[in-house]
Amino acid sequence: MSGNDLLFVVVPYAAFVLLVVVSIARWRLHEFTVSSLSSQLLESKRLFWGSIPFHWGVSLILIGHLLALLIPRSIEIWNAVPLQLFLLEATGMALGLWALFGIVMLITRRVQVRRIAAVTSPMDAAVLGLLLLQIVTGLWIAIGYRWGSFWGTSVFVPYIRSLLTLSPQPELVASLPIILKTHVLAFFAFMALFPFSRLVHIITLPLNYLTRPWQKVVRNAPEPYVYQPSADEFLTKKS
Amino acid sequence: MRVRAQMSMLFHLDKCIGCHTCSVACKNLWTDRKGAEYMWWNNVETRPGTGYPTGWEDQEHYKGGWWRDDKGKVHLKIQNQPMGLARLFFNPALPQLDDYYDPFTYRYSDLFTSPQGDQQPTARPISMITGDEMEITSGPNWDDDLGGSGTYARNDLSLDGVDPEIRQQMEEIERVVFNYLPRICNHCLNPSCVAACPAAAIYKRAEDGVVLVHEDKCRAWRMCVAACPYKKVYYNWSSGKSEKCILCFPRMETGQAPACAHSCVGRIRYMGVLLYDADRIEAVVHSPDDELLDTQMDAILDPFDPRVIAEAKAAGIGDDWIDSAQRSPAWKFVKEWGLALPLHPEYRTAAMMFYIPPLSPVMSTIENNLARLDIGTDEHDFELFDQLDKARLPLKYLANLFSIGDEEVITKILRKMLAVRLFKRRQSVEGFVDEATLAALEAAGTTPEEAEAIYRLTTLPTMDERFVLPPYHREMSIESLNDPLVHKGQVGVGYLTPPTRGA
Repeated sequence: MSGNDLLFVVVPYAAFVLLVVVSIARWRLHEFTVSSLSSQLLESKRLFWGSIPFHWGVSLILIGHLLALLIPRSIEIWNAVPLQLFLLEATGMALGLWALFGIVMLITRRVQVRRIAAVTSPMDAAVLGLLLLQIVTGLWIAIGYRWGSFWGTSVFVPYIRSLLTLSPQPELVASLPIILKTHVLAFFAFMALFPFSRLVHIITLPLNYLTRPWQKVVRNAPEPYVYQPSADEFLTKKS
Repeated sequence: MRVRAQMSMLFHLDKCIGCHTCSVACKNLWTDRKGAEYMWWNNVETRPGTGYPTGWEDQEHYKGGWWRDDKGKVHLKIQNQPMGLARLFFNPALPQLDDYYDPFTYRYSDLFTSPQGDQQPTARPISMITGDEMEITSGPNWDDDLGGSGTYARNDLSLDGVDPEIRQQMEEIERVVFNYLPRICNHCLNPSCVAACPAAAIYKRAEDGVVLVHEDKCRAWRMCVAACPYKKVYYNWSSGKSEKCILCFPRMETGQAPACAHSCVGRIRYMGVLLYDADRIEAVVHSPDDELLDTQMDAILDPFDPRVIAEAKAAGIGDDWIDSAQRSPAWKFVKEWGLALPLHPEYRTAAMMFYIPPLSPVMSTIENNLARLDIGTDEHDFELFDQLDKARLPLKYLANLFSIGDEEVITKILRKMLAVRLFKRRQSVEGFVDEATLAALEAAGTTPEEAEAIYRLTTLPTMDERFVLPPYHREMSIESLNDPLVHKGQVGVGYLTPPTRGA
């Protein structure tokens, strides 16, 4: 097995297995630890300038990446008109810069505000560092290898699809520049860190808030309950 | 009619001496932990004052509770549902730690390790969050007894509508007046914390009305903290979970009163069951301001009414709970005698903890170094009875706290309490009750028998009369969900998994 196979076949599958298995295990065994760990109570002003740009920027870009994977043909057709391609790229660039601004604010906040430093774990540092790497390499690619939304559908989408269909073709990405590879590997690292870090809060996005009734009343027992075991049942009941 | 039971606490403010024993009992039991140092599930505020967290009643700032629009629709003040999701990343209304205070301790080790010198060593104050040395600029009950400053009382929003002249007078040292307001979670019928929680982690228990945060389900979206108009949900900055007063349900389930009530030195607190009609909550919440208080009181059901008893049984409320509701001091003070009111009913959460407003002395002016009572020159046997507008604590102020500005409601209660006082004074000092006193009782809408009952439950109640706790039958709820023998092996002291902060 070549190094390329290891990095682009073994690593993604391992990361994915970690993501699924550990997330489920953590949810079921230690749900108390599943939290977004907000630090807004301790510091709010700088969080405003960090959290909002970062979250919206990264979420929208992630959705863009996902669209490229799901509907590559539509993206290609859209990009066939140069003006539309330009619009798409400019939007992506703006969102990326917005997210970069946000994460820089978040990192400086973590370092400079004493109260926030007090609630920062090594895992937080790892997550922030990884996200910074992801955003910087993404922007680098957007600038250094222009029109990524145009060539990306024919370079990355077949590779990711080969992974998803369990017939991995690592050779598809073997000859790519190192910066592109870094961007992809950083995502695998993101998947691997996901279940061990506060990133798990992403899957707790409470969409049912939109539809649930305002109030919630919980009964201890489902209905009025009187327990009357028969003599037989009482004697044979196993503990 | 859908009958449900609510454990309700009653605070007799006339008896509160502001000793904070309740707060300390609660702190020792529940919030003496990392991340919870700044929380006071039970706190006692000096009023008029800005309270804890500072200015919590300013709902334009903190966005707590509900509001009713011109068409009669009711909305959560902090957000509608899509906004709730859009603001997950940043909640503009969230109080800051400094709105409470920076929790501090002292570096006591300095007392032992400092080098020998001419001066006594000092234990420096340090922040309990960062461990850094700090200057203490605020703390729990920093404004206790007004903290020697006019600032706190001046900024009390509930003084709105009080005559500016009276407000001015209240700042003069001879006329300063304050009372104490102990506060816990109100375990509302229409809790806005529950409605604001995107994760649906907060819920109200049907059997006793206690509002709880499911600590496993909480994801630190922290909407509840801002949405509670009483600011009684707190965010634990260390565990990343919201926490709140649990009405000491583990104590109630074992037949003990909540720690704050149990430890109360002035014996101002009472606990009892109130039966209420869950079908009427909707009507309460949607009533216009001037009917809000009445509709809320109407939702509380008479536990002696045969129809209510039948409906309660059908809803699974046992005979022992109904019996408990009939002996409940909450029922007596709130409904039978009409002496108690919820705090700030205008927040539309239908708060279910009740307060008996305090009496206060007559306004006085200092002339030639002598205090002169401001009650005119006529002979006044009954001091404030007909002159409540001369009470030191302005009626308008109490009305803003407890009756949405309606002074009539407060006057009625205070007159009844004064009538009871006059009646008992005549009885014990002069040995008989004259016609004038009986007339006063009648004018206050009460009778000698009722006055006697109010007097007894106010001044002479035993522990069992103050805390009428229904049997919780935990064994039944355990049996309905688990095999009792298996359950037996799973309970005890300690955690199955320790509540550690997530990475």
